[in-house]
Amino acid sequence: MVADFLPNLISILILVSVVLAIVGAVRRVKLWRQGQPSTIHWAGLLAIPRRYLVDLHHVVSSDKYISNTHVATAGGFVLTIISVVLIYLLGISGSILNYALLTSSALMFVGAVFVLLRRRNPPANLSRGPWSRLPFSLLIFSSSFFVLTLPATGKLPADTGGWMLAIMLLVGIAWGVGEMFLGMTWGGPMKHAFAGALHLGLHRRQERFGGGRSTGLKSLNLQKDKLGVEKADDFKWNQLLSFDACVECGRCEKACPAFAAGQPLNPKKLIQDMVVGMAGGSDANFAGSPYPGVDVGTQPASTYKGGEIIPIIDVLVPAKTVWSCTTCRACVQECPMMIEHVDAIVDMRRFETLEKGQTPGKGAEVLENLKTTDNPNGYAPESRMNWAADQNLAVFGEHVQQADVLLWIGDAAFDMRNQRTLRAMVSLLRAANIDFAVLGDKECDSGDSARRLGDEATFQRLAKTNITTMQQYQFKHIVTADPHAFHCLKNEYQDFGGHYDVYHHTGFFADLVKTEKIKLDNKKELSLTYHDPCYLGRYNGEYDAPRYLLEAMGIQIKEMERSKTKARCCGGGGGAPVTDIPGTQRIPDMRMDDAKSTSAEIIAVGCPQCSLMLEGVVEPRPDVKDIAELMLDALSVQDSPLEISLVETHP
Amino acid sequence: MLKDISKTTSKNIKMSVLISVGEHPLSARPRRAEQDARALELGLKLAPESLKILYAGSTGDSAATEVLKEYMGMGIDQLEVLDVPPKTDVTLPLLEKLQQDCPDVVLTGIRAENGESSGMLPYLLSEQLNMAMVPAITDILCIDKTTGFAEVLQALPRGQRRKVKVNLPFIASVDMAAAAPRQSAYGSAMRGHLKIDPVTRTMHDAEQEQWQISPAQARPKRLKIVKAKTAADRFKAATAKVQGGSGKVIYDNKESAEAILKLLKDEKVL
Ligand code: SF4
Ligand code: SF4
Repeated sequence: MVADFLPNLISILILVSVVLAIVGAVRRVKLWRQGQPSTIHWAGLLAIPRRYLVDLHHVVSSDKYISNTHVATAGGFVLTIISVVLIYLLGISGSILNYALLTSSALMFVGAVFVLLRRRNPPANLSRGPWSRLPFSLLIFSSSFFVLTLPATGKLPADTGGWMLAIMLLVGIAWGVGEMFLGMTWGGPMKHAFAGALHLGLHRRQERFGGGRSTGLKSLNLQKDKLGVEKADDFKWNQLLSFDACVECGRCEKACPAFAAGQPLNPKKLIQDMVVGMAGGSDANFAGSPYPGVDVGTQPASTYKGGEIIPIIDVLVPAKTVWSCTTCRACVQECPMMIEHVDAIVDMRRFETLEKGQTPGKGAEVLENLKTTDNPNGYAPESRMNWAADQNLAVFGEHVQQADVLLWIGDAAFDMRNQRTLRAMVSLLRAANIDFAVLGDKECDSGDSARRLGDEATFQRLAKTNITTMQQYQFKHIVTADPHAFHCLKNEYQDFGGHYDVYHHTGFFADLVKTEKIKLDNKKELSLTYHDPCYLGRYNGEYDAPRYLLEAMGIQIKEMERSKTKARCCGGGGGAPVTDIPGTQRIPDMRMDDAKSTSAEIIAVGCPQCSLMLEGVVEPRPDVKDIAELMLDALSVQDSPLEISLVETHP
Repeated sequence: MLKDISKTTSKNIKMSVLISVGEHPLSARPRRAEQDARALELGLKLAPESLKILYAGSTGDSAATEVLKEYMGMGIDQLEVLDVPPKTDVTLPLLEKLQQDCPDVVLTGIRAENGESSGMLPYLLSEQLNMAMVPAITDILCIDKTTGFAEVLQALPRGQRRKVKVNLPFIASVDMAAAAPRQSAYGSAMRGHLKIDPVTRTMHDAEQEQWQISPAQARPKRLKIVKAKTAADRFKAATAKVQGGSGKVIYDNKESAEAILKLLKDEKVL
């Protein structure tokens, strides 16, 4: 009798949960639809399995343990569900199906055991709360179905265990199905499977899949009634969906330099707060690490019970949280769910700056300077070329109308430290006989910091001005030593009609060395490590050219533990030095410690901002040298036209 | 130390702030004039509700309009523009406007950042409107409409401040030492509204027609004869506070004329 009764009850149970799960899904979709319109990439939905297996696994597999665990658990779960639905809802039976169910639930069980092991002593970046319950639910779900299926495969006689076991199984299945089906759409940890799958398909940056890259900020229509994000429903709908995909794995937290420096930012909590902003609830239920220095549940919105949508900044999230970010993208790089933290942070900054006029620290001053002098420090625009008074540079519009290379100077022009790099670059270009010219005083700041400080209006003005200026001249490539300008010119000016072939100086010089236009002395014996600038590495994927150049000089790079995609930011990006949110230590100090632990005597950089941040660390410390400076030292002088070109003058 | 404004300042204070289009000293680009923006900041702090913001100048100039928007970015919905044609003196239209509005307090910068930059406007207005004029203030401590007095803080050299009591209504020019203006937010700058008042009576400034404007040059510095013998003396000379007190007040006309003559001879001007 038990043998008949149980399957019937289970069928009903599953039917009810499936219906409830669908109701939950509809409600969740409604929550996402509160957001602003954005292109719906339907085709992406078909690509979900591929994206899960390839793109996502690429990220997850950096942690082998969890990637294998996830494959077993999730794979087992999906197969179990399919079999369960076939057997209990559609009434299909057969021994193949029974064996399938048996295997899949066993697979899932094994996976769940590993999840549980991982959770015995969870690292600080993992969330507790419902996430600590999840492995038990997984175990119960899988084991219940396993035991339930045993009699059907004939391995155990029907009626084994009698009523006792039947009731236990029923309770187990009710729990398991509750967590796995209802949790998926009603906001439990399993929500990540539902939202995550859809997010993979409908991602706002489709270019990121299939090995592509999309890192430029999205431009803002300045005519809108509200600029930037004040409340959760000001995000695009697909951003809201993305927040729901978060698995609270805390990889972003582990990678975040601001978090490590004790600044009040934890990208994981930020994403969870966005979910609270969208779906209600209270941040007091958050079971992970807080924003350093800000206790969980102390924000005005902590008693928030859902209902009407509330402003985010200073109600749900302290303003200093969004201003701590260096936009280094380490969190985005690490996130297995491909969530775009930087976009969300800049969206909120835009509202703070453009609507509230509350850029903290020196932000207001820097933005005002950019408006009145086109450079962040308020120097006279006509002093931009002073650094090159002795360089006889060809200036577009004054000496030439066309050149092969437009050398983009950037704001390094005003900084004595970085002028050394600029001089080195000029000498190298001359040594290679490159036909190049500069924009001179007509060059404006690229707008990088303005944009990341949320001042989209100033960014767009600067971008358009620069584009108009460059339109007047003919050149094939742009070369710059500043990865921030490089990124803007290459990826962010496109929206305003500026399409250029842009090189970072390391990329350009690497080509020159390969084609032997520059010959480097390869006997340098330097004890050296290399710091990857965020805007060159994670933003633009350039890890090889700088290393190639250093190796061409005969240097064996002593890599830091955190290098390439995992490199720690120097603390100089995203206007962070301008807003200057205090923490318990400084990001550049931590990066310098990374460098010191390689016992290198020189830290090579490829970014003026990194030079400044790292040179600002108190001595004793490794010397900070731009790759261009190192190259100039290593330039083999035989048959190089260096001397000649140095005395050559322009009309 | 300073009294809490909100407690001592009467409600329904009518306040007007006069603003102008400034000029960046290095790039010569138009911008919010630094002192005027401080005057506006002070006004926004004291009477955010009833504040009237006035600009007298030509509306045809798009660069000027951009700057006016920047002022509105400080959180202002509306700004009144007296549409005065170029090369026209703005005193008269402003005078008429202020006579209509009858504000209790008029705030302005000390001098414009370009053009005549004589700093005379607040004095001329105060004379015509029969209001007191307090130059170079940094803050208004209280305004009491019942007794008809206000207390303001005036900036003196070297960071010193002087508390001054003044009859209402009054005009004050705001010093650079006053609180820095708030950031201009693009959103409210774009959405603010310019209310343009056509000006009927104007005074053509015939003098101005003749002028040639050239950038101001720094005044030549008087050569300093270093008398100090030791480093300590030099240090003292460099850090000593310039104290008044050596001067004297002369009432007799003849005596004062002689004193001036003597000074000019001492300085070898005559
Ligand atoms: S971009 Fe960098 S600083 Fe900002 S939240 Fe992500 S990891 Fe932290
Ligand atoms: S945002 Fe991404 S990396 Fe951070 S906790 Fe969520 S899923 Fe993990």
